[in-house]
Amino acid sequence: MMGFISLISIWMIPCFILIIMIAASIRKLPAYDLFVEGGKEGIKTAVSLLPFLVGMITAISILRSSGALDAFVGLIAPALDFIGFPAEVLPLALIRPISGTAALGMTTELIATYGPDSFIGTLASVMQGSTDTTLYVLTIYFGAIGIKKIRYALQAGLLADLIAILAAVFLVTMMFG
Amino acid sequence: MINWIWICMAAIGIIYAMFSGNMEAVNEAIFDSAAQAVTLAIGLISILVFWLGMMRIAEEAGILRGLARIFRPIISKIFPEIPKDHPALGYILSNLTANMFGLGNAATPLGIKAMEEMKKLNNNSDTASRSMITFLILNTTGLTLIPTTVIGIRMQYESASPTQIVGVTLLVTCIGTIAGLIIDRIFYYKSTWRKS
Repeated sequence: MMGFISLISIWMIPCFILIIMIAASIRKLPAYDLFVEGGKEGIKTAVSLLPFLVGMITAISILRSSGALDAFVGLIAPALDFIGFPAEVLPLALIRPISGTAALGMTTELIATYGPDSFIGTLASVMQGSTDTTLYVLTIYFGAIGIKKIRYALQAGLLADLIAILAAVFLVTMMFG
Repeated sequence: MINWIWICMAAIGIIYAMFSGNMEAVNEAIFDSAAQAVTLAIGLISILVFWLGMMRIAEEAGILRGLARIFRPIISKIFPEIPKDHPALGYILSNLTANMFGLGNAATPLGIKAMEEMKKLNNNSDTASRSMITFLILNTTGLTLIPTTVIGIRMQYESASPTQIVGVTLLVTCIGTIAGLIIDRIFYYKSTWRKS
């Protein structure tokens, strides 16, 4: 099972690219032209991410270098250790449903501090990649069509996030812990 | 809300440093981390350009549409209130497949179209319908096949295997999505129960 999952991780992207190439040649598409055209959007995306990342990573660095974050983590660690939840990723877990760019900043900071292949770095990567920003999605979609009574949408969305986060902790601990 | 969180992080850090004597470290961290963030954003260009380029080909080649056709029967089961031939289902499918491939910019307008169609089905009421909430849950649990940005960050920090997390991430996403759908059903039945 574990071997199979890591095999998927390595094979998935190259195989997917191969499928795209084959589909493009069957349809006789100008693949390279399309690639270049789509790629231009990537530059825009990265540049527009820049101010978000500078703002968030700087604020988190202030919190960490002052010693406040470690003090906070030390304070809550005993309670979280009890259920096997690593205290270092708690701030990320809390912010993930609220702001995508803030979470991206935190993930980066955790990866930079603990290393991308460490347990914390791996867990942060999985948490960042496996769910979307509930509050953002809710605001955009319901805002766009003028929904005022959202009923149980927020509770259900946040509960699903909680389960995804717990699943991430459990599976990463099992596979990489 | 995010504005307050941001202010609190910076303010608490600076005030804490006044007492812990780490002001010098804070001073250094401000400029180091700003520079680090810029390097990161620039570094992300490589993977974003490559991936969005690939996705443009996939879109033109009809891979997204093909997948949408495969998932149609499943989706109509998840949305029992939407008639099988209603355009809302088409938009939902295209939105979800675009999300699966990390095409956030393409997914959002499709999602809004889907929501508009569902609003029509709900007599243009300003109350969220059952289908709307189900659709929202599917979007927030973020069914993504390949977490491009995370892979990019891992590359930047010299991971021995940047894509190592793809399999687990996919597994966690699936668990989250299934859990989300179950939670959605539970909340729905609870709300109808209360009414009757």
